[in-house]
Amino acid sequence: MSAVDTGVRLASLGGAACFVLGLHLMNSPATARRGNLLSAFGMVVAVLAVGVQVVDGGSMTGPRWGALLAGTAVGSAAGLYSARSVAMTAMPQLVSLFNAVGGGAAALIAIADYAHDSSPSAGIATATVLDVIIGGITFSGSLIAAAKLQGRWSGSISFSGGRAVSVLLSVAALAAGIAVIAGADNVAVLLIVVVAALGLGVLMVLPIGGADMPVVISLLNAFTGTAVAMAGFVLSNATLTIAGALVGASGAILTKLMADAMNRSVPSIIAGGFGTGAVGVEVSGASGRPVRAIAVDDVALQLAYASKVIIVPGYGLAAAQAQHEVRELAELLESRGVDVSYAIHPVAGRMPGHMNVLLAEANVPYDQLKEMEEVNSEFDRTDVALVIGANDVTNPAARRPGNAVSGMPILDVDHARSVIVVKRSMASGYAGIDNDLYTDPKTSMFFSDAKKGLAALVTATKTLVG
Amino acid sequence: MTSGFVGDLTVFILALLVGFEVISKVPATLHTPLMSGANSIHGVVLVGVVLLSSFVDGPVGYLLTFVAAAFAAANVVGGYVVTDRMLRMFRRRPVPPPRVDAAMEPAVESAVPTEPPTGPGAAA
Repeated sequence: MSAVDTGVRLASLGGAACFVLGLHLMNSPATARRGNLLSAFGMVVAVLAVGVQVVDGGSMTGPRWGALLAGTAVGSAAGLYSARSVAMTAMPQLVSLFNAVGGGAAALIAIADYAHDSSPSAGIATATVLDVIIGGITFSGSLIAAAKLQGRWSGSISFSGGRAVSVLLSVAALAAGIAVIAGADNVAVLLIVVVAALGLGVLMVLPIGGADMPVVISLLNAFTGTAVAMAGFVLSNATLTIAGALVGASGAILTKLMADAMNRSVPSIIAGGFGTGAVGVEVSGASGRPVRAIAVDDVALQLAYASKVIIVPGYGLAAAQAQHEVRELAELLESRGVDVSYAIHPVAGRMPGHMNVLLAEANVPYDQLKEMEEVNSEFDRTDVALVIGANDVTNPAARRPGNAVSGMPILDVDHARSVIVVKRSMASGYAGIDNDLYTDPKTSMFFSDAKKGLAALVTATKTLVG
Repeated sequence: MTSGFVGDLTVFILALLVGFEVISKVPATLHTPLMSGANSIHGVVLVGVVLLSSFVDGPVGYLLTFVAAAFAAANVVGGYVVTDRMLRMFRRRPVPPPRVDAAMEPAVESAVPTEPPTGPGAAA
């Protein structure tokens, strides 16, 4: 092993260590930013090290440099621009796009490597096939997810025969994959795997509806990591294998956390549809009971004279981009001596931690945001629970068996002395069932768009009691 | 099957276990930045593209390298920048502004350390 080679390997090891330490520092908000910078530093070291390696190898030619550097420049510019300009409300789409390109790059590496040498060992061939399958599914699946989050289509799309096509594509991918591993020695066979994987990605994400998005994005992130680890096998590069495995593992944990928070399994989410099987059993209870509407001035008075208020934000807050208005209202109440905090359900919004990011953007301090386990005991001592654009995660029906949300951990909003729900209409949430909370005698409905409603509330509070 | 492959497999499995261990307890506040941070780490695929570029040939090879490099660079640069942007927004509750009316003071909930606990039982 030459001195340069040793140096390159040591530097790569250092880079990988930075990734691990950087992720570890993500355990606390106080150190998270340092963690990200450390991880970025590790990335620079790893890329420079491999740069030295290929220069030292002496095989870089003009066109090779041209393709590499031109691509890197274009990609960097695009990445930088999108990262700087994206609105915080569009963050889930961007993360999804980065998953797509990461998975796509990993798949392209396997394809190009196979085109270069189409008779690899069985181990490498297996990694090649897995790389294009996982990378291909991630690429097309993440693009669909991003388009859905952007609002090009809403909800879940399924068509008859979708399942049959999926089975067909899986069989094709499997058969062609086995042929490649058995030594087909033909790029066309690998391309069959690629096309089948791309189709599978589309079919996998299309039927998955909005509220399941946190699970899906996190899952696709784990997929990308795994695809990158496979690319590491293909190129026998430990940096890729380590970093890819790290992301795969962290993504898997996050995915499981999200799925647990909805009391659902990952396979059932992928299969599409909410609460398969149990829907339609339960009709008794909420429907038909009267709801009480409330006017803005009454809401303002209730809030202003409360001593403890908990705000429960949901996707409606993000959709209306009302995060600044809610912070303004909270600060106004705090200035009157009201104790205000926010209750965050793990799957509120469209990606893991979505509400936290939005509220952080509006300058809400993170220690004012409380997780479900922490805040649930506080509702008993709360005067007003202000629910803004959240629905299923507050539905007390989850405590009863036999309906679509049964068993899902919820925020115990109904334990508060009174509940005010800001909502545009009585439309049901993602689960498609009535929310018992709305017909609870102590609940008042403030029908409004979150942004306009909160702005009106701030004005009303100021004029009435300011 | 080469010893190199088995070595890679060893590294892969151990890294998976490290990943599970390092991430297992992250507060929900950081779920998005964590995902976004992990998301930038898979931009390490750029290292693979550099290696790839050293042996590709012909227009198709160059084109694949170009596209893969663009994808990977967008992932890595965009990922780190956007994660940093997000993390910069996370801040603690500021020291409460001085207030004249002390009776209006809400019960402060652990946000700002007021007084260290004293007395028996409060040690450690």
